[in-house]
Amino acid sequence: MFQEKNAMASGQQWVLVEMVQAFYEAPAYHLILEGILILWIIRLLFSKTYKLHETYKLTEKEKEDLIEEWQPEPLVPPLSKDQPPLSYDVVTGPPSHKIIINGKECINFASFNFLGLLDNERVKEKALASLKKYGVGTCGPRGFYGTFDVHLELESRLAKFMKTEEAIIYSYGFATIASAIPAYSKRGDIIFVDEAACFSIQKGLQASRSFIKYFKHNDMEDLERLLKEQELEDQKNPRKARVTRKFIVVEGLYINTADICPLPELVKLKYKYKVRIFLEESMSFGVLGENGRGVTEHFGVNMDDIDLISANMENAVASIGGFCCGRSFVIDHQRLSGQGYCFSASLPPMLAAAAIEALNIMEEDPDIFTVLREKCKHVYKALQGIPGLKLAGVPFSPALHLQLERSSGSRVSDMQLLRSIVDHCLERNVALTLARYLEKEERFLPPPSIRLVVTIKQKDEDIQKAVSCIKEAASVLLKQ
Amino acid sequence: MTESPATKAANGEVAAGLHAKNGLRPDRNGFSKSLLCCHEWPPKTNHGQRQDEEEVHTVSHNGSLYKRPFVESFEETPMLVAVLTYMGYGILTIFGYLRDFLRHWKIEKCYIAREREEQKDFVPLYQDFENFYTRNLYMRIRDNWNRPICSVPGAKMDLMERVSPDYNWTFELTGRVVKDVINLGSYNYLGFAENTGLCADAAAKVTMTYGVGVASTRQEIGNLDRHEEMEKLTARFLGVESAMAFGMGFATNSMNIPALTGKGCLILSDELNHASLVLGARLSGSTIRVFKHNNMQSLEKLLREAIVHGQPRTHRPWKKILIVVEGIYSMEGSIVRLPEIVALKKHYRAYLYLDEAHSIGALGQRGRGVVDYFGLDPCDVDVMMGTFTKSFSAAGGYIAGKRELIQYLRSHSHSAVYATSMSPPVVEQIITSMKCIMGEDGTTIGSDRVRQLAENTVYFRTRLQEMGFIIYGNDDSPVVPMMLYMPAKIGAFGREMLKRNIGVVVVGFPATPIIESRARFCISAAHSKNMLDRALSAISEVGDLLQLKYSRHRKQPRSFDDDIYDDIDD
Repeated sequence: MFQEKNAMASGQQWVLVEMVQAFYEAPAYHLILEGILILWIIRLLFSKTYKLHETYKLTEKEKEDLIEEWQPEPLVPPLSKDQPPLSYDVVTGPPSHKIIINGKECINFASFNFLGLLDNERVKEKALASLKKYGVGTCGPRGFYGTFDVHLELESRLAKFMKTEEAIIYSYGFATIASAIPAYSKRGDIIFVDEAACFSIQKGLQASRSFIKYFKHNDMEDLERLLKEQELEDQKNPRKARVTRKFIVVEGLYINTADICPLPELVKLKYKYKVRIFLEESMSFGVLGENGRGVTEHFGVNMDDIDLISANMENAVASIGGFCCGRSFVIDHQRLSGQGYCFSASLPPMLAAAAIEALNIMEEDPDIFTVLREKCKHVYKALQGIPGLKLAGVPFSPALHLQLERSSGSRVSDMQLLRSIVDHCLERNVALTLARYLEKEERFLPPPSIRLVVTIKQKDEDIQKAVSCIKEAASVLLKQ
Repeated sequence: MTESPATKAANGEVAAGLHAKNGLRPDRNGFSKSLLCCHEWPPKTNHGQRQDEEEVHTVSHNGSLYKRPFVESFEETPMLVAVLTYMGYGILTIFGYLRDFLRHWKIEKCYIAREREEQKDFVPLYQDFENFYTRNLYMRIRDNWNRPICSVPGAKMDLMERVSPDYNWTFELTGRVVKDVINLGSYNYLGFAENTGLCADAAAKVTMTYGVGVASTRQEIGNLDRHEEMEKLTARFLGVESAMAFGMGFATNSMNIPALTGKGCLILSDELNHASLVLGARLSGSTIRVFKHNNMQSLEKLLREAIVHGQPRTHRPWKKILIVVEGIYSMEGSIVRLPEIVALKKHYRAYLYLDEAHSIGALGQRGRGVVDYFGLDPCDVDVMMGTFTKSFSAAGGYIAGKRELIQYLRSHSHSAVYATSMSPPVVEQIITSMKCIMGEDGTTIGSDRVRQLAENTVYFRTRLQEMGFIIYGNDDSPVVPMMLYMPAKIGAFGREMLKRNIGVVVVGFPATPIIESRARFCISAAHSKNMLDRALSAISEVGDLLQLKYSRHRKQPRSFDDDIYDDIDD
């Protein structure tokens, strides 16, 4: 072998010598030709096939022309002739049990005033007292002298009510979950979310810039399939998996479908796949459970098994704002990272005071939740079997959806049909509302529906009247 | 960190808080050549020199655009201070690591809330380095923020005393109240934070008739007559066709920008825009490009490039371009160069979104904000946005402009469809305070307050400059940032001021560039001269104690002789 190597080396040497010899012996024209060829190859290697700059460079004149030429779209699309601008119904006076819409007094089946606390005298008195002490506005974010003693009280009261370590309040219900999600979930993290999730969750997801995986509404098998897929993915890349946070975001009672989430199964999946759960309870806080604590109490799930619960104080509590609660380890982070908390003026103290009084009422008299539940069941039963309409939701949901049994073919005409039912009822002093969505913005647009809200203020005869109005309207307007 | 001391130093001695007269330094106004040619403005000399000056110092007068002197100063950070500040952060970081080490080995007691035992094997919720700054720097001076108050946030306020037994990890309220702290922190520009008087009475009445909640959205069944009235009044107040109000100032930006722009649109955003504007722009899905703070050359360059080159990769022309600026920048105290922006936007056919969160009520002879301040036509601004939190001492925000814009938002704004409408008493506070500013309540209270605020602002700023502090921003801006620079002085200043019964706001990284920690005073019309004098003498005292009088261009008290202008006429 050694010899062989030696022979090869000498062989190569010989070739080299021969090449040099050939070089000397070659005719001049040959050398010149080869030289030119080599140069040509080098040029081909290093030059671009086309001149980017020459085609790109514009003269000042051309630039001016381009600028002159450019016609932007109008800031907002011009109003089309066939579609009149949206006009809102005007409510005069308080939007309580009796509500005056466009000058007509109606029974309110549309405001989320589940517990009827909106015009509660005690709540009003407390709000007034707070107004007399603090004025209206806070003139600053929480960090800069916008923290009032009432805020601290409300936070500790909410934490106590929900039996969690800590609560944090936001000044706007919509901004609560929309700020909470991006405070934890960042780029690269993964969020598993129900398709029926409400719009503020969707905005939170978008702001987080995480990977979003939608599972079919309330379909735990679908969720588990996604979780399994992710587990396989994680096994392939364990280093990445170690820093990829995973969350499940669900609603307690879905505002868009009036369904309840299967929380016990979700908790099982949480521990099986080590995913954190964020629960949005705007519809179920102050509604479900023995003491109005929401879905956790309804199912008897341990509060600590849910990483974060968020809800607004605009429905059952009938004030303004929202809150998140959970363990301090989780919640405290939002005080520096929740954008809607840090960068926004704090909640007017009188609204916080109203919320505290609402909590007082809820704690003093947990029977109101039973009353509400009975009312919900009653309404749910009464609304069954309306020709042409189907009822979506669970019997204990206080905000139900009436959908068309058969679509007329287009969303616009469906909406018009439902609107005519609402108008028919308005005529007869029953206030209902269409569930409104931004049709182009929703990830999964819910079917058109009339939303019917149950409150404890509605008496049996009110409910009977509403149901008969809807039945009448449906039989008149939906005959096909 | 956006600006290094090195770039600032370049500007040398001329840059200072010196005043200049109209037309003295036309080259500093940030106007670019092409625009001048197109519109044949008076020719300027000394064009295009030393761009970096723009960031640092701007004294600008363009006779045809500015009706009044526009004086804005950002004195450069002294080199020694910059070096010492970095050293300060260095030392803090080293000690931070040391203490983390001690906590890790349980030598030092650890107060941090911990993950549940059951979830220890989950992916950690926070990355460790994320919290390093919070744990080791913020925690040391945390007592300067979130101070709870228990009174009206007016010119004076009552603070609840709190102590920390464990170096700011937890606080306990002692139950005592620190009375009559002079409030230099709240955005109570016109002094409408009151619990008596017209506004409070009106709000009280509405509370009893309407209650506090609405429990529905504007599009469904939460559109009260009070809302409609407030919106009409707002439109009248601003001098535009139509307006719409929303329940939260932050959400007004973050939920309405996405309704206005989308894919294929370009948003040109000032680098110091508020988080809500940034979030709104991001949620819209538009391309975002950032121009240097209040720098018109940077803006024009971006505009030209955008129109000439179109969208990246596809080279299709942009659908529309939206310039997003604020009226007063709350951390810099600077005022937007609106006349120039309006000229640029007209020339390039871009749209303008003006966030008047801090300027509405606080600027202009009639309190109509930055548009009024410059004497411009409100119709030149396509989207006027502002908040009710500050000058009106209520809550929420508005968007105002052409009728079509508002009609469109009424059906497409996220807020109108999904968010609960504004609380009636809050609405009433807005109506009453706005009528007061407009003089429709039959008194001159409103206009007096607007004037008082302007006077207080000039007085306070001038006095601070005379004392030798480095003050940022426009001479007419009621937001007065005073530079502290070093991290240790943030806490010290806040505490020393509180000892003297004055409540101030101090801010550091990440709200400011890392070496530019500052204190921020918000002047109110409710501050009496006596209060301001007390505050000023306390600031001066603390300034001496902490050596905060950094300015090398201390203004001589009340001497505006013409000699000083010769020096800067380069």
